[in-house]
Amino acid sequence: MTNIVFTGAALRRGMWQAMPLVAGLSPFGFVTGLITQRHGLTLGDCMLMNGLVYAGASQLVALANWTHPAPVLAAAFAALVVNMRFALMGPVLAPWLAGLRPVARYASLALLVDHAWALSVTDMRKGGRDVALFVGLSLPLWFGWMIASTMGFLCASALNLPPHHPLFFGALAAFIALLVPLWRGLGDALPWAVAGVTAVLLAQVLPHTSWYIVGGALAGCVTGAVMETRHV
Amino acid sequence: MFDNASTLWAIAAMAVVTLLCRCGGYFLFSRMTPSPWLRKALAHLPGCIFAAYVLPALLVGPARNWAGAAATLVVMACFRNLGLSIAAGVAAAWVASLAV
Repeated sequence: MTNIVFTGAALRRGMWQAMPLVAGLSPFGFVTGLITQRHGLTLGDCMLMNGLVYAGASQLVALANWTHPAPVLAAAFAALVVNMRFALMGPVLAPWLAGLRPVARYASLALLVDHAWALSVTDMRKGGRDVALFVGLSLPLWFGWMIASTMGFLCASALNLPPHHPLFFGALAAFIALLVPLWRGLGDALPWAVAGVTAVLLAQVLPHTSWYIVGGALAGCVTGAVMETRHV
Repeated sequence: MFDNASTLWAIAAMAVVTLLCRCGGYFLFSRMTPSPWLRKALAHLPGCIFAAYVLPALLVGPARNWAGAAATLVVMACFRNLGLSIAAGVAAAWVASLAV
């Protein structure tokens, strides 16, 4: 792919497209802040963790095993196993990232999250070549996450939402909805099924990590590549 | 504001590891020329990674989430509107939780 551009129009379009994601993820951010408070961290700790780690699922896994003094190695390991999936996502955006200078390239990768990535890949597949869309999607998600998690921390003592309140389904619903634009046709059915089933089986063995996501995704990719190699 | 050094170290360690995950995969990949087969495999990644995330999460969650998932998919397929489909999914899960 050549002629990657960065326009203000795509930046604004990305920010606009990010709004429903910000709304959908807010309950998740809120819960993350709430749980951070329950584990005895301070407001400063909470904002620092959400701003710098910025990966809710890994934070929840780390907090579930939190101790005082804090478990440095265990927390780092939780971040590694839950966030390993990001290592697979970056290379898919390579054609777009080539249009940025190295500092901007790695700065935007530092804000990489699943949803902005999925919408960017969808646009890239349609022939989009404006990397500003990815940046425009990423920035509001970070700010929205900071606001939601900080609110969650501040409301923690006043509020008592049960952990399985239907509102929290919003975070999973965002992932489910993003499957729709990623669907390219029947050729995707078998790789997706293999990915899903492999992940379910691996999750039995390795719960509370993202190894099952990585393993399932790789199994699906291999299935897809083998299918294409045989048919073409 | 910050309670102790060990908490700050733990947060710093998580931040560094997560940054390495986000940037490291891209960095390694940009140093090599992927084979055509690897390109084909990578093209399947986006859908597969979400399928691998969603299916186990639905299976461990409460049954009403399946109602939410169905509503999310139908609304997204019909209207291609992310906000609307997330709202529909949460509403359906909520209604299902009242019904059960």
